Amino acid sequence: MPYSEKILQHFEHPQNVGSLDTDDPHVGTGVVGSPACGDMLRLQIRVGDDGRIVEAKFKTFGCGSAIASSSVATEWLKGRTVEEALALKNTDIVEELQLPLVKIHCSVLAEEAIRAAVADLRAKQAGGGS
Amino acid sequence: MSRVYLDNNATTRLDPRVLDAMMPYLTDRFGNAASRSHAFGWEAEEAVEKAREQVAGLIGAESTKEIVWTSGATESNNIVIKGVTSMYAEQGRHVITQRTEHKAVLDPCKFLETQGSSVTVLDVDSGGRIRLEELESAIREDTILVSVMFANNEIGTIQPIAEIGRLCKPRGVLFHTDATQAFGKVPIDVQAMGIDLLSCSGHKIYGPKGVGALFVRRRAPRVRCRPLFHGGGHERGFRSGTLNVPGIVGLGQAAALTGAEMAADAARIGALRDRLWTALRDRIEPITRNGDPQHCLPNTLNLSVHYVEGEGLMMACKDLAFSSGSACTSASLEPSHVLKALGVADDVAPSSIRLSLGRFNTADEVETAIDQITRAVERLRAMSPTYEMALQAGSLQRRTG
Repeated sequence: MPYSEKILQHFEHPQNVGSLDTDDPHVGTGVVGSPACGDMLRLQIRVGDDGRIVEAKFKTFGCGSAIASSSVATEWLKGRTVEEALALKNTDIVEELQLPLVKIHCSVLAEEAIRAAVADLRAKQAGGGS
Repeated sequence: MSRVYLDNNATTRLDPRVLDAMMPYLTDRFGNAASRSHAFGWEAEEAVEKAREQVAGLIGAESTKEIVWTSGATESNNIVIKGVTSMYAEQGRHVITQRTEHKAVLDPCKFLETQGSSVTVLDVDSGGRIRLEELESAIREDTILVSVMFANNEIGTIQPIAEIGRLCKPRGVLFHTDATQAFGKVPIDVQAMGIDLLSCSGHKIYGPKGVGALFVRRRAPRVRCRPLFHGGGHERGFRSGTLNVPGIVGLGQAAALTGAEMAADAARIGALRDRLWTALRDRIEPITRNGDPQHCLPNTLNLSVHYVEGEGLMMACKDLAFSSGSACTSASLEPSHVLKALGVADDVAPSSIRLSLGRFNTADEVETAIDQITRAVERLRAMSPTYEMALQAGSLQRRTG
């Protein structure tokens, strides 16, 4: 199965690989999937005082499409509000990377990771702000 | 950078000497081996019979009449599992096989079960070998066939074939072995090993695709088998259909060459495989070798490269061709049934890759592979959350220098 140029680009030169401090109250961390399932994705966002995402990082255990999906997702998150982040759909990633049918679950995982990261951030802020 | 092919258990490059042998039968000598009335047919038949000798010679068959041409090992396996059980149904309907067989054995066995046969699937030890005492106690009054592969395609583990033959023979149970991977790589002797039926294929030994053979014992005992294909009674009724003469000539030539060069090839390829393993083990710990190094094909190396996913690793090694233990092609990953049978943990199985070497690999290619895999693993581990977690948990020693 040949991969699209875009997948290869993001796989060869993934953007935003790395980690943020999980204890930072401005950081939300989402971990989805598991090694046993073949894909595990940890996506983190850090928000500024204006509520916009200033940084997004990922680490992914998985195939090329999973890594490319993570890279694309973190690129898109930067500069967006949390609400805008939640509006991102896996189909956006599918379209951007031209993911083949058998790899659509990689984009689903990325969407789930975004939701999990936002949920973590909100839980932290609700806890810390009260 | 030229591409390096390390997937020889999937298929091999046609040896130029095999192509040379085939060419006349793709051009001038195009006759039908079943044409008895003219020279075109005679020369085709002569070529087919020579190939039969070559294949019989490689496995120690007593007579060329024991070699039946097929389209490949999948067909050979199907002929045995469906045809033999159908023929011997009155004696019993119990078949024994084992968990790491190729799907070309397991799937026909599943089909048998839908037809009222019962199938026992033996477990294997952590290296992938069956336990002889379990086979012995699995054999029943109504057991008619034991089918155990000679060597496994994913991990290279060689089964105790002669011992299985010794268990089957006195109990009157037919012994079939799918020797697709072992054929031409390790010595096979159907007499000494008590093999009654053996499947093999051309394209795993530098021969053409789409041609294979089935050894069917004719003496002590004379094995009978109901054909899958009816129509013309070719191959003494075992397999009707006009013979693929160029393919058969190619398979024969490939068998002759692998027979003549087996010891030298095994030593050279085994040394390359060992170099690959020791270098990768030293450079990209933690890494596990799957299978049974004491009983392994000389060309096969199955590895679990911890904290890296196999398919991602393949993609990161752009110039290398190898295969991964599992394909992440659906929402629920389908792990290798072979690794599962060995007891490889579910979270490690996706990190598995298979490197299989062959006649045309060079020492330089192996060094290229070592470098590329090492670099790719380092790159992928740097983006692996599980690697980071392991480092933080202190379960890994940070590499220094």
